[in-house]
Amino acid sequence: MSDETTTLEKSVPQPRDSAPGEPLLEVKGLTKHFPIFGGFPIKRKVGAVKAVDGLDLAVHAGESFGLVGESGCGKSTTGRLITRLQEPTDGRILYRGKDITHANRKQLMPVRSEIQMIFQDPYSSLNPRQTVGTIIGGPMEINGINPPGGREKRIRELLETVGLNPEHYNRFPHEFSGGQRQRIGVARALALEPKLIVADEPVSALDVSIQAQVVNLLQKVKREMGIAFLFIAHDLAVVRHFSERVAVMYLGKIVEVGDRDSIYNRPRHPYTHALLSAVPEASVEEIEGEGRERIRLAGDVPSPVNPPSGCRFRTRCWKAQDKCATEEPPLVQIGGNRDGHLTACHFPEDPTTVRDEAVILDPALASLETSHTDD
Amino acid sequence: MTTLTQTEGTPAPTGADPFLSVRDLYVRFSTEDGIVKAVDGLSFDLERGKTLGIVGESGSGKSVTNLSVLGLHNPQSTEIRGEIVLDGQELTGAPEKTLEGLRGNKMAMIFQDPLTALSPYYTVGRQIAEPFIKHTGVSRREGRLRAIEMLTKVGIPQPKLRVDDYPHQFSGGMRQRAMIAMALICNPSLLIADEPTTALDVTVQAQILDLLKDLQQEFGSAIIFITHDLGVIANMADDILVMYGGRAIERGSVKEILTTPQHPYTWGLLSSMPRLSSDIDVPLHPIPGTPPSLLNPPSGCPFHPRCAFTDKVDGNRCSGERPALPAGRSAACHLTAEQKQSIFIESIQPRLG
Repeated sequence: MSDETTTLEKSVPQPRDSAPGEPLLEVKGLTKHFPIFGGFPIKRKVGAVKAVDGLDLAVHAGESFGLVGESGCGKSTTGRLITRLQEPTDGRILYRGKDITHANRKQLMPVRSEIQMIFQDPYSSLNPRQTVGTIIGGPMEINGINPPGGREKRIRELLETVGLNPEHYNRFPHEFSGGQRQRIGVARALALEPKLIVADEPVSALDVSIQAQVVNLLQKVKREMGIAFLFIAHDLAVVRHFSERVAVMYLGKIVEVGDRDSIYNRPRHPYTHALLSAVPEASVEEIEGEGRERIRLAGDVPSPVNPPSGCRFRTRCWKAQDKCATEEPPLVQIGGNRDGHLTACHFPEDPTTVRDEAVILDPALASLETSHTDD
Repeated sequence: MTTLTQTEGTPAPTGADPFLSVRDLYVRFSTEDGIVKAVDGLSFDLERGKTLGIVGESGSGKSVTNLSVLGLHNPQSTEIRGEIVLDGQELTGAPEKTLEGLRGNKMAMIFQDPLTALSPYYTVGRQIAEPFIKHTGVSRREGRLRAIEMLTKVGIPQPKLRVDDYPHQFSGGMRQRAMIAMALICNPSLLIADEPTTALDVTVQAQILDLLKDLQQEFGSAIIFITHDLGVIANMADDILVMYGGRAIERGSVKEILTTPQHPYTWGLLSSMPRLSSDIDVPLHPIPGTPPSLLNPPSGCPFHPRCAFTDKVDGNRCSGERPALPAGRSAACHLTAEQKQSIFIESIQPRLG
């Protein structure tokens, strides 16, 4: 990475007061239910969208923790709860051991400067009426920070760090392409030298050839400035590339969490298996249908208003039994798994990503394929 | 000045006439900012029952090409030149009446976003049956029965009940299935799928892709599959056409494009995306710069401002002379075959892992 070394060294933060081993961010039993109102003439609460339902996770200083799952699984809500953009219904959020779950605006001020966010859509997350300088300087102004040499100097440094021309200080967002805008978003997140960045699908709105540029930039920021990331994405390959630890979410709950190698090479939860096998890979093995297991689930993710009882994945699972409907599987370490590799399943799969026979649950697919093999 | 060879991109005649043949297609839109050269001299062939994958980034002209095959452009602001021959019938400049008889019948399209492509005012069943009723002249009741049959085929549970639902009552994956049912109801011989799974989750995407493949076997349609995702195309296509800046820059079979790509842009695409099996903790290799504006496309090779290998070509050929895309397996690049091979083996292949 020598060619990308810029003015970052001096701002490398030393791991300060947090003791080794103690997580930077700890989340316990985090819950968010969005109420649904209905009825006539008086509207009352008739139900709730259980977006996040009892989530435990920990992010350590300097590491990247990936959160993957399909749309509607609550991964973005989790990010917004942790940054306290939304108020949790239940559970606790600890930042460096300090409870910030219901901290008020004033108490949050110092914490907010250390937890920053990068948003998905670089077109709607930058104010079109502000110049790049104002956008990146915004966090410093709000927090009353005056870096040595002045804010403008710092902003120009930041622009250089994220690979933009410092001369573009006075330009407006519309003068930049999508990838460049996302760089501006990264510069804004870096302005306060945060300890943790919550990145919510930071590359999914970008063109393929641009995605890699932004991923490399985030990688560089993480390494050189020691910033921890909560990396939320639906692209499993990008998460694998960027995160040392990964949690797989399904309908508001973590179904499996572990180090990268465990999740991608030795998954135990059937949903993780299904997710991995569904990723389209541009490889020759793929064309010839070799190498990976083939699992095709039926239907879509159920509604989080009425999630299935017991294990939430049971309605789409090929191993589901009666026990799955009555008893919710705890997130525990299954025999043979590494430390920290937790799975919430009563009937875990073998720790491999290959299997001899395909699992086809989709009825249309199954009937078409049997009729083809009969021919 | 850009020199333009007229014979460019004409694949060798293969004896029998291909089912769909596009020759030197130019599509231009006049806008307030100037003329957008959306497609610039594109040629390709497609045979019956085969799948052609068109890969490219946004703004590479891949969607515009296929809208012009269907004749879905506003003729007032669009200039289309070239030949589009479907089963011996010339489509460019064909009267609207002819196109109407073909659309939904002989050729059909699956759009990217099923929520905007379906009308919220009509039931799903009515929308699915519409092309069938129009083209075969059957009654509404027969149309409805056929719609139920199609819904069963694409795997909608309880099709007899769901046929009377409105699109908002369907989930994203089910809407896309309904779109497929609508496209296939008249048993079209050409199906154009424009990013049909981009809006879907990965497990649903896998279901839909497999479903399309299986239905293709049953119906025998030729498919043009448009996507920006090389992984999806590897699953679906027989042949691949890589587009950049409104032009085709490389063509070949799936295996050829994935194992021995020849164009620097294809190299860039392949080495910039992470895979489930690639090495971790090595930086990705992005393509520098941004895709070109089609208002003012670069002279010569459209990729030359982002290309790392222009210095290996003598003189200013990359910026001055437009490279041709010869027939068959080929890439539109000024590098010699030996150069391509040595660059690929030395510096690109190790990145692909």
